[in-house]
Amino acid sequence: MEAEIVYVVLAAIFGVFMAWGIGANDVANAMATSVGAKALTIKQAIFVAAVFEFLGAVLAGGEVTSTIRKGIIDASLLSGTPETLIYGMLAALLAAGTWLLIASRNGWPVSTTHSIVGAIVGFAAVGVGIDAVRWGKVGTIVMSWVVSPLIAGFIAYLVFASVQVLILRQEDPLERAKRYVPAYIFLAAFTITLMTILKGLKHVGLTISIANAYLLAITIALVITSIGAFAIRRIKPDPKLEKRQHFYSVERVFAVLMIVTACSMAFAHGSNDVANAIGPLAAVIGIAQTGVVGAKSAIPIWVLALGGGGIVVGLGTYGRRVIATVGHKITQLTPSRGFAAELAAATTIVIASGTGIPISTTHTLVGAVLGVGLARGIEAIDLRVVGRIFVSWVVTIPAGAFLAILFFYVFKATLP
Amino acid sequence: MANLLANIFGKSPVRPLEKHVGIAYRCTKQLNGFFRAAVAGKWDRAAEIRDAISTLEHEADDLKKEIRMHLPKSLFMPVPRQDLLELLLVQDKMANRTKDVSGLVMGRKLQIPKPIAKEFLTFVSRNVDAAKQARKSVRELDELFVTGFRGAEVSMVESLIDELDRIETETDDLQASLRGSLFEIEDTLDPVTVIFLYQVIELTGEIADMAERVGRRLELLLSH
Repeated sequence: MEAEIVYVVLAAIFGVFMAWGIGANDVANAMATSVGAKALTIKQAIFVAAVFEFLGAVLAGGEVTSTIRKGIIDASLLSGTPETLIYGMLAALLAAGTWLLIASRNGWPVSTTHSIVGAIVGFAAVGVGIDAVRWGKVGTIVMSWVVSPLIAGFIAYLVFASVQVLILRQEDPLERAKRYVPAYIFLAAFTITLMTILKGLKHVGLTISIANAYLLAITIALVITSIGAFAIRRIKPDPKLEKRQHFYSVERVFAVLMIVTACSMAFAHGSNDVANAIGPLAAVIGIAQTGVVGAKSAIPIWVLALGGGGIVVGLGTYGRRVIATVGHKITQLTPSRGFAAELAAATTIVIASGTGIPISTTHTLVGAVLGVGLARGIEAIDLRVVGRIFVSWVVTIPAGAFLAILFFYVFKATLP
Repeated sequence: MANLLANIFGKSPVRPLEKHVGIAYRCTKQLNGFFRAAVAGKWDRAAEIRDAISTLEHEADDLKKEIRMHLPKSLFMPVPRQDLLELLLVQDKMANRTKDVSGLVMGRKLQIPKPIAKEFLTFVSRNVDAAKQARKSVRELDELFVTGFRGAEVSMVESLIDELDRIETETDDLQASLRGSLFEIEDTLDPVTVIFLYQVIELTGEIADMAERVGRRLELLLSH
């Protein structure tokens, strides 16, 4: 019995360590877009993220957590030796966390999702056997890593192109903004809410009929839209800071919309990335409690909450600095651009979370920004970044796998 | 920190380009005061202004080099990089011509003949107006980028460029008339001075020409 407790505690510690890292880097990226666009102050961003990351993790994080916990490995091969899975998951957690630490120290941009998936595949393929890995599932996941930035880019392109046609290119952009932005607010709130209700609430024990789901999403979206419309009405043009076309005030109208998309972004991120920290933990707990691998038990809420909490702490401590640093550099992403990128990314991520696919939130957001750039929305994009994304793919997965294999053999030799 | 999101944005050339045309105009504007002093024979005052012109022209050059350094081929922008570089080049030429003509006049303490002085000052002033209109047009760049180079803003900039063309045509007419006036009195002047006077007129006229080319480059950007 003591052994199980040791495992669970270890897994929890490593998991929270990983969650802290996610909060410190990943979330900070997602929120930096809103801070850089001056839609939120750093304090507001951290508050928004704290609330919505947590909500995303708890309400919608179950599917992806489930995948990380038992979707990648064919656990039936381990029925005789459940400790192997425990050692492996602990190793994967520690490996991913360590790799993140190394990468941060050296300034390399890496994906938390790629690290943990690579680590799990690594220990399973080498430590157990090639057949232990569900290669079909892994193949789907890897394909989604390529597809999600593309989808986000496509959506962002469409959204921003519509903004240009409807608002920015017209004679009276400020009046048009005041008229159309509430519609975009409704679209954002409705899409995210609907995706979450339709796909993501299974693990909270709620089942809603499709009709009711739409109704609920519409209602919530309408409430949010009216609050937003009220805030927009109060915006008056400021003649001192304007040129003739009032673009400064137009951006302030879009900033209201960006608050909504910032919340969506935090929610989406929590729903997808919390699994990176607590998926392995959930696996360990499952085995420790039942002694059986591949149990169909649901993921306990406290585990999701622990992950969410770890993320929030990471964000509040180290994440502040990352938000400030990144936020300074992305001032080209004004609210009219930033909301399109955030909406596209959040939608893509929430869909992925609902289908249980772990994707890289940062790469998805970068894809969305590139989509806005293709719609001629960004003054200058450095395309070398695209090359760096490819490099990080190639490097992160073997690195995570290698470290996981290492730690796996260490644990196998040393743990009870 | 090599953060993907932070590094995806390159250094935008838009504000620096607008700043550069502002410096080029400030340089060109000095010509009004310079030639007033030259006509009145106040060469000390003219020398002071010449120094100011030189300083401003160097400032423009430095900014031009900096902008070029931050426009690598890997930068993806809504308009071609080459078009922006060429716009920068002709903006800079306004300042260059200003420095050239003031240097020429200063070097010889070239006296503008009284009979054509007034006409000449009007000619200079109209060239400076062309430079001002060029600056006004280029300063719309940021708003053009916001609208993605389409829509209402484009019509507005096109009308600014039309006005620029009108001013340049006016300077052409003034130049022709001025050359005519000089021709009428050239026998009363020393021949070397006359040749340099023609050259000064031509160089000054090129300022409006450069300004008009700024308008052309902007039009090219609009046509994408």
